[in-house]
Amino acid sequence: MNRVMSNKFIISLYILPALLLILVLIYIPIVLTGYYGLMKWDGIGDMTFIGLDNYIRLLSDNQFWRSSYHSLLLAIFSTVSLLGYLTISLILATKIKGANFLRKIYLIPMLLSSVAIAQLWLKIYHPTNGLLNSILIAIGVNNPPAWLADRNLVLIAIFIAIIWQYAGFYILIYYAALKNIPESIIEAARIDGATPVQIAYRIKLPLISGVFKVTIILAIIGSLKYFDLIWIMTGGGPAGASEVIASYMYKNAFTMYNFGYGSAVGFYLLLFCLLGTWLIRKLTSTKDEIQY
Amino acid sequence: MRKMKSSLLVFLAILLGLVGCGSPAQPEGGGGTTTGADEVTINFMHLWPAGSSAQHNRIVESIISEYEENNPGVNINVDVLSNDQYKETMTVLASSRQLPDVGLTWAAGYMTPFIQGNMFTPLDDILEGGLGESFIPGTTEAFAANDTTYGLPLELNIAPIYYNKNIFAEYDLDVPETYEEFKNVVQTLQANGVIPITVGNREPWTGSMWYMYLADRFGGPETLTNAINRTGTFEDPALIQAAEEIQNLVDMNAFVRGFNGIGNEEAKGPFMNEQAAMYLMGTWELPNYTTNEDVPQEFRESIGFFKFPVVEGGAGDIDSFVGGPGVGLFVSENSQVKEQSKEFVRFFVERWGERAVTDAGVIPATRVETGELDLPDMYIEVLEELANASNITLYADVQMSAAVAQTHLDLIQSLYGGDITPEEFARRHEEALAAEQ
Repeated sequence: MNRVMSNKFIISLYILPALLLILVLIYIPIVLTGYYGLMKWDGIGDMTFIGLDNYIRLLSDNQFWRSSYHSLLLAIFSTVSLLGYLTISLILATKIKGANFLRKIYLIPMLLSSVAIAQLWLKIYHPTNGLLNSILIAIGVNNPPAWLADRNLVLIAIFIAIIWQYAGFYILIYYAALKNIPESIIEAARIDGATPVQIAYRIKLPLISGVFKVTIILAIIGSLKYFDLIWIMTGGGPAGASEVIASYMYKNAFTMYNFGYGSAVGFYLLLFCLLGTWLIRKLTSTKDEIQY
Repeated sequence: MRKMKSSLLVFLAILLGLVGCGSPAQPEGGGGTTTGADEVTINFMHLWPAGSSAQHNRIVESIISEYEENNPGVNINVDVLSNDQYKETMTVLASSRQLPDVGLTWAAGYMTPFIQGNMFTPLDDILEGGLGESFIPGTTEAFAANDTTYGLPLELNIAPIYYNKNIFAEYDLDVPETYEEFKNVVQTLQANGVIPITVGNREPWTGSMWYMYLADRFGGPETLTNAINRTGTFEDPALIQAAEEIQNLVDMNAFVRGFNGIGNEEAKGPFMNEQAAMYLMGTWELPNYTTNEDVPQEFRESIGFFKFPVVEGGAGDIDSFVGGPGVGLFVSENSQVKEQSKEFVRFFVERWGERAVTDAGVIPATRVETGELDLPDMYIEVLEELANASNITLYADVQMSAAVAQTHLDLIQSLYGGDITPEEFARRHEEALAAEQ
């Protein structure tokens, strides 16, 4: 066996199928996207090579920067909300009554498709018959906002839906990590007289810090390329107030027939995501992880 | 870490790469094939699923089976998609030169890239021999470029204002004929807690129709069209005034609450529940107020329609409509069975004209003899209005190129939302149109 595994030829042979798949499905399209960004192309007819024009034009495109700003806001918002998910997981991981039931409740959004979630929240936010405004009117608010039509509120309204959508996912990750901590460590702390809050803050959190870092990256990258719920709920509107990078890319490529420009947006999005990942790794890198 | 990166890459690959490399993701579609001497398969793609467009779907099915019966050896292979999906699929298929032999397209601005990309084949030869004359004038022209027809229209629509007669009677209101009267109607309804107008401006083409009518009534039928084709300008006083009037209506609370956040289907709700008094929409809505058994008969009987009122001193007259042909049939330039496809298209158009009226309550783009048919009153009234129309202005977003249309729709939302002034609305249109040239 060892002889086989040290044979360079055999190794490459084993890797080859996966490598080919990754190349064809992932890396080649990326290179192509960058290449299409150099073209003036409606996606149908002939391409015209225009050099870096699309990329340069994007730098002074207000709507692009506005979309990027919205994506960045979502990234910050998602990252902050991780603290909320973490708190819930900490509570669920202790032996409280009904923890099992609550865990299932939080997981439900994970079972629904984005389209279903979008429909659900569209009903909640409906300006006249929506659940939210019906409640507001019932408790005496005269003029409740028209959530998705209000350009100042539409982003926050969608962010809340997104937070709800991903709650189960992150809570599941944290919960699994917390459950992995050996009971003996917590037992020892308890015998030494530590309060539950102290145990959570001084012992549990440091022990799952690696997982926490991973979720930060997940949240930020996920936010930067976020698309589906926004596209279904508002299409980026009203008038671009909830446009994000991915929806702007999609709009350019597929509804405005500006495939070259859309590709350029997509390429920038890739750069932003790589930059984001790199930044977080820098900011959160510690010399050594705490082990147990 | 690696996993995250790759999930990001997969995302990009799906969104952009898919279209780029095309073929691995799109094994379907493509030119029809001629197997053997007589066996012919024609691929046909349309957008009327049995679920959401039952009547259309049934007509298509029956036309196809009739055609297959008359022409042994010809198979029509049908692919059905929903509206939005259809547009996306068209783009993807076109980029890999895999369009179906026969399919549906929208007019003017939508089809321009396909024509420039040499995707559609000219259909002038099948218009000869009488078929061309059976179309209502102006409908085939919307599917033509450089004097060549690339599509045969199936539907023709105008957009009247539907209104609830019961609500009007309750507040003692008459059908308005002038814009002043119209504003009084709005005010009375508003004062009595009835939603005057419902509009689903999350899909801004609905709001655009109100703007187009006002533009027509202030400036006459040519002003908006000229502004779009660059012989005129969006900074024409009539067009700015129309934009101002939209904002006046918004300030009067003429439109349903949160209109910018609700879609067209949702906006129908208040009208169908008799909470809203007026709804401006294309005549494709007619079956809901005439023959659709799912809608209570009492409600159907309470609905009437009127023409957009005239503005005092404005150049537009009351018989001028916003509207235009809906979808039309095209034959792919790359089709292996072009002649057979054209034959099928010709047969389809002829049959469609007869069946659309009686079976679906749709107004076809070909002339109809209504004399011996038993049709709902409102349907006949609409056909009469159509016959008397002095002008039909094609929907603004269809007239424009795809990129400018998107700008227009965004600006319509901003205008309704009060984010921009009428002057800025005009200026931004000018910029977008100028950038095109």
